[in-house]
Amino acid sequence: MLDAKIPKGKLEDKWTEYKGHCKLVNPANKRKLEIIVVGTGLAGASAAASLGELGYKVKAFCFQDSPRRAHSIAAQGGINAAKNYQNDGDSIFRLFYDTIKGGDYRSREGNVYRLAEVSANIIDQCVAQGVPFAREYGGLLSNRSFGGVQVQRTFYAAGQTGQQLLIGAYQALERQVALGNVTMYTRHEMLDVVVIDGKARGIVCRNLITGELERFFGHAVVLCTGGYGNVFYLSTNAMGCNVTAIWKAHKKGAYFANPCFTQIHPTCIPVSGDYQSKLTLMSESLRNDGRIWVPKKQNDTRKANEIPEEERDYYLERRYPAYGNLVPRDVASRAAKERCDAGYGVGTSKQAVYLDYASAIQRYGKAEAHKHGIDNPSPEQIKQMGDEAVKEKYGNLFDMYEKITGENPYEVPMRIYPAVHYTMGGLWVDYELMTSVKGLYALGECNYSDHGANRLGASALMQGLADGYFVIPYTIGNYLADEIRTPVIPTTHPAFEETEKNVAERINKLMNIQGTETVESLHKRLGKIMWDKCGMSRNAEGLKEAIEEIRALKKEFWSNVKIPGSVDEFNPELDKAGRVADFIELGELTCIDALQRDESCGAHFREDHQTPEGEALRDDANFMYVSAWQWKSNDEWELHKEDLVYEEVHPTQRSYK
Amino acid sequence: MEHYNMNLTLKVWRQRNSKEKGRFETYKVENISSEMSFLEMFDVLNDRLITEGKDPIAFDHDCREGICGMCSMYINGKPHGPWKANTVCQLHMRAFKDGDTIVVEPWRAKAFPVIKDLVVDRSAFDRIIQAGGFISVNTGNAVDANAIPIEKENADKSFAAAACIGCGACVAACKNSSAMLFVAAKVSHLALLPQGSPERKTRVVSMINQMDKEGFGACTFTNACEAACPKEILVTNIARLNHEYMMASFESDK
Ligand SMILES: Cc1cc2nc3c(=O)[nH]c(=O)nc-3n(C[C@H](O)[C@H](O)[C@H](O)COP(=O)(O)OP(=O)(O)OC[C@H]3O[C@@H](n4cnc5c(N)ncnc54)[C@H](O)[C@@H]3O)c2cc1C
Ligand code: SF4
Ligand code: FES
Repeated sequence: MLDAKIPKGKLEDKWTEYKGHCKLVNPANKRKLEIIVVGTGLAGASAAASLGELGYKVKAFCFQDSPRRAHSIAAQGGINAAKNYQNDGDSIFRLFYDTIKGGDYRSREGNVYRLAEVSANIIDQCVAQGVPFAREYGGLLSNRSFGGVQVQRTFYAAGQTGQQLLIGAYQALERQVALGNVTMYTRHEMLDVVVIDGKARGIVCRNLITGELERFFGHAVVLCTGGYGNVFYLSTNAMGCNVTAIWKAHKKGAYFANPCFTQIHPTCIPVSGDYQSKLTLMSESLRNDGRIWVPKKQNDTRKANEIPEEERDYYLERRYPAYGNLVPRDVASRAAKERCDAGYGVGTSKQAVYLDYASAIQRYGKAEAHKHGIDNPSPEQIKQMGDEAVKEKYGNLFDMYEKITGENPYEVPMRIYPAVHYTMGGLWVDYELMTSVKGLYALGECNYSDHGANRLGASALMQGLADGYFVIPYTIGNYLADEIRTPVIPTTHPAFEETEKNVAERINKLMNIQGTETVESLHKRLGKIMWDKCGMSRNAEGLKEAIEEIRALKKEFWSNVKIPGSVDEFNPELDKAGRVADFIELGELTCIDALQRDESCGAHFREDHQTPEGEALRDDANFMYVSAWQWKSNDEWELHKEDLVYEEVHPTQRSYK
Repeated sequence: MEHYNMNLTLKVWRQRNSKEKGRFETYKVENISSEMSFLEMFDVLNDRLITEGKDPIAFDHDCREGICGMCSMYINGKPHGPWKANTVCQLHMRAFKDGDTIVVEPWRAKAFPVIKDLVVDRSAFDRIIQAGGFISVNTGNAVDANAIPIEKENADKSFAAAACIGCGACVAACKNSSAMLFVAAKVSHLALLPQGSPERKTRVVSMINQMDKEGFGACTFTNACEAACPKEILVTNIARLNHEYMMASFESDK
């Protein structure tokens, strides 16, 4: 049985209790303790900076050319916090409750409550660092709404919230680099964890410029390596996002939890051709003001603007009057798929729905005219002022849409379709964010915690920063307090030798295949299997087929992949090959997990388990647990279960009607 | 939007590593869709080169959404190519027509040495930030966020400066390889906020010193940087930087 080490006591006292009793490390000893932080996104940069400030000796790693480029930079819409600045009934409890419910009752109460509790401190910390959040004319912070909630608790910086938060954390990190507390290694890719006597003690990396393998020691290793949605090939993730770091940790004993919980985001720019390398998100914040619709007539070939109001089906408003366009992502995505599959899709591919700003532009235009004292504004004036107002809120997103599609969203509705976006699954961690390997931690999107079977919008940034700024600085001390007598282990230790040897052998094996198919092409094929059979809806038969197909693809990869260049140089194709090899194995486990979880919940939709209205139908009696998979050998895993105990909330059928 | 296909000639800078000399190589690409992005066109070309047993062209990229600042190609004499306020990853092939010849080079500046082909080393920017591009506040030291009201106009200006993605196009566009726009963006972002005030004087001086040490050139106000900047960072920020620098120097004279 897995022990999550949740502190005893009342829900709202657990974290305070923990902090009051966890072990501490005194400043002199902190200077002797070394910590490795892999990844410098919101989770990694905030952790490395905070641990450096505390006096630990930190080494931080990223594969990009600068820590500022981590994928967190691309987050658009916002970050949640239970500040209740809008006086609209928000509270820690409500944020906690919304998150548990949004996750379809598959996350841990203790963790989620702590997340809600520290959320307010995050906003304070970011503002102190100079993060330029949007403000009102009075000089105070502005908020917007996101899906799955009825309060306005999302803080934002236009459509660039992730960028501004990451720059804040990056600057804090660089300050620690300047002070000598953190050493930063860029263009370094972690390729394995070194485990000595059951404890994580270091990593082996490839220097991506020279190709050399390098060894690093740490008394503890903290993985903050982000999401792995690219297992589907096409996703909204950056091109480099991968599973490699946590997959290597998995093979060294860290359990992998809930891989089948993948978030498909409802509002992305649809696929346009088979050369397509990635999909672009149109932020959920657009659902604040935009209205989603399809024609009422099947296979309607008229242009959007030619379809009269009464012939449009605003299907989210129709099906979910209480939340309308702001239902959670899993619900909105399935509803779009349902309409398109039934023949109501729009655009050339018919795999798209409209996201329409016409009525928002009208509404804002009239309000602006009123503000400027114009009593009888002309339609042109309204349109112009409305365009301006929308531009201020969403300008960069509208520009991006236009650059990609060549269409002007101020004039014609955007076409959107769901796309892979976020991975709720990841390494299993306990309350202290420690994996099942001692001294090995996982923070941010790469762990599985907090979001259950579906993440609410604007909660990933919150979780990454909560983990890095406010959780790990306490919980890692509780472990390191017992490590103050462990001397620095030289990297000539046999375990380092052995690990590096294995990494080198694998790389050589890849390079020596010299087959005929490119990495990209094999990756695309994996993505297609995953999307078709383990995507927005799944069934047992399809999953069984997918497992077989992926196993065959794995054989093909290892006998026919073609990698150019050599080992000892800058070789992005080689880096990619290693990542795709890991994606293939993860894809297999994902399908195994999806098959084993014989229920629907949140983003995991099994066609044979749905309500008469087509909503996900949970099976709490049999599946109220976290699935944590232990790697045994090639194609073989053992399932461990962590039962979820709800003391505060009572799981019900989720309703947004 | 009408879609069309085109055949193109590419002249691309190839350089094995920082030590070897580089040269242009010519490639023909066919049937390129106007809907593709510029980098997807490179993907197609690279896929072909790999299949033919040749070395693919190395280029930096990650988000492909115009926000990470990783992509960096100098196209037909312009950093990030022909579109205004744009990054290469967001440049789409409808910017070109059938039969065009496109010349692609890396950023060229002493402070940005080439690593391979179109990939350069921009770590100098990180070191400039280390010199002072931050507010010194440890985790846990913050007051309530709304305890510091900030005039919307300043907050907006600060945000506009903070939008810099650290791509280095400003340096690549400048005949002196000056990094003034990048430094000015950071100094402005922080100087316009009350939280940034206490360190205003030391920040600007140490960032400028570091910039000089890295080998970036002087600013002679040609405004080429502003024209090339994908995030439309304004040169008025350079004026603010100069003002900040003067103020800091006067103070230290006393
Ligand atoms: C387009 C988009 C928009 C989003 N918008 C929002 C939003 O508005 N609100 C919200 O809350 N969430 C949003 N999200 C989700 C959110 O951005 C991510 O979940 C979050 O930023 C992840 O942060 P992270 O620190 O865990 O990982 P990342 O930011 O992905 O960082 C991963 C780090 O790990 C490093 N790394 C990875 N593997 C290795 C390795 N093997 N060796 C060395 N280094 C490695 C990388 O270099 C990088 O530094 C969005 C996501 C996307 C894709
Ligand atoms: S100022 Fe503009 S061009 Fe220069 S680094 Fe920043 S975003 Fe790039
Ligand atoms: S790839 Fe990120 S800005 Fe171009």
